[in-house]
Amino acid sequence: MATQRKAVALISGGLDSMLAARVVQDHGVHVEGINFFTGFCVEGHTHAIRRKDSARPKRNNALWVAEQLGIKLHIVDVIEEYKDVVLNPKHGYGAHINPCLDCKGFMVGKAREWMEQNGFDFIITGEVLGQRPMSQRRDTFPVVARESGANDRLLRPLCARLLSPTLPEREGWVDRARLHDFNGRSRKPQIALARSYGLHDYAQPAGGCCFLTNEQYAVKITDLWKSRGRRDYELDDIMLLKVGRHLRPRPHFKLIVGREEGENKFLEGYKNRYTAFRSTSHTGPLALLDGTADEADLQLSARLVARFGKGKDAASVSVEVTGPGHPPRSLEVRPLGQDEIPSEWYIA
Amino acid sequence: MNRHTLDVRYQLCPIPVIRTQNMVNKLPAGDIVEVLCTDPGTLHDIPAWCRINGHRLLDSEQGKDEIRIVLEVCRSA
Ligand code: SF4
Repeated sequence: MATQRKAVALISGGLDSMLAARVVQDHGVHVEGINFFTGFCVEGHTHAIRRKDSARPKRNNALWVAEQLGIKLHIVDVIEEYKDVVLNPKHGYGAHINPCLDCKGFMVGKAREWMEQNGFDFIITGEVLGQRPMSQRRDTFPVVARESGANDRLLRPLCARLLSPTLPEREGWVDRARLHDFNGRSRKPQIALARSYGLHDYAQPAGGCCFLTNEQYAVKITDLWKSRGRRDYELDDIMLLKVGRHLRPRPHFKLIVGREEGENKFLEGYKNRYTAFRSTSHTGPLALLDGTADEADLQLSARLVARFGKGKDAASVSVEVTGPGHPPRSLEVRPLGQDEIPSEWYIA
Repeated sequence: MNRHTLDVRYQLCPIPVIRTQNMVNKLPAGDIVEVLCTDPGTLHDIPAWCRINGHRLLDSEQGKDEIRIVLEVCRSA
């Protein structure tokens, strides 16, 4: 009996990677999924934070896809290694700070390592020729295959028939005639294929899969680098960029102000690492201070935070200030007036 | 059979799932892992991760401020 071949599929949680894995399962190949967490992923947690998104299913789409396909899913934390991809992409950035080509090469490279360590035969991605301007082009596909070290063990089942045959096709592990020739930005072939498999519920669309393609996010991370005088980040930094209003009243500090209870609850988790402000006399947001602040800065911050609470028109608001290295204290402040908050303070 | 506790409070999904996965992958069948979380997404994601990877969910409860999920490590033969 022929050995059953094994493939590892990059599963983003979107439709394309789901279909690619499904197509290869049809060839009798054993498929397992791999998903990478870079810290920038737009995933369930972003929706979980904000109450306004409470109607959305709070599911991790990659896990959900794996369950639909009946495959195992390995989620890999690549936060540290991914920094070099974001900070020093040798192929540069897309429209914002998305290093898509380097990112693809990196992820396929990690999948290749996993494949080798686990005795798998090839790698599957849901890429479609011509779908993305930077990473899914005829001239960039070979770059990903080469730089990842996957070479011809990288199969793109949704557009394989438009490309040179890869090892799994040449060896007959999959039947090239039953692979696809999807091309361009239209989603119709994918939707039709999904329907033919009886798949009706899937995450849409194949737009940005991460915050690096988001313009406002790019502005916030650029501000962070500028204020610190170096391009670097920690996981806390990039997670905090996903929530709250960000205001920079002075070059040496910014405030992250929760916009609703879900965000306040999220910011609570950082209270022991940052100076935090919350009104005790009126209902209001939790705010964190990132940077350094002297007494005048603390007063200014408390007045600003009071502005975003129910006491914004009160003559005086009590704001509790807590933080590492000093006991909690209460400041009595007059909230800033609307006209005392210059628009340049808003980072994005 | 040993019992382990994993504190992933204030971590957002998928970090609680990754930390659970990484702990479970090192444990023998029969061990029990109690995961403490705050992200409501974990109520969905950790049970889904258990189903996909063949581990047994023993309990999951949402308290006022915390979520507690208990699972048993299983290994298919
Ligand atoms: S959108 Fe983000 S995750 Fe997707 S390829 Fe580009 S950089 Fe990578």
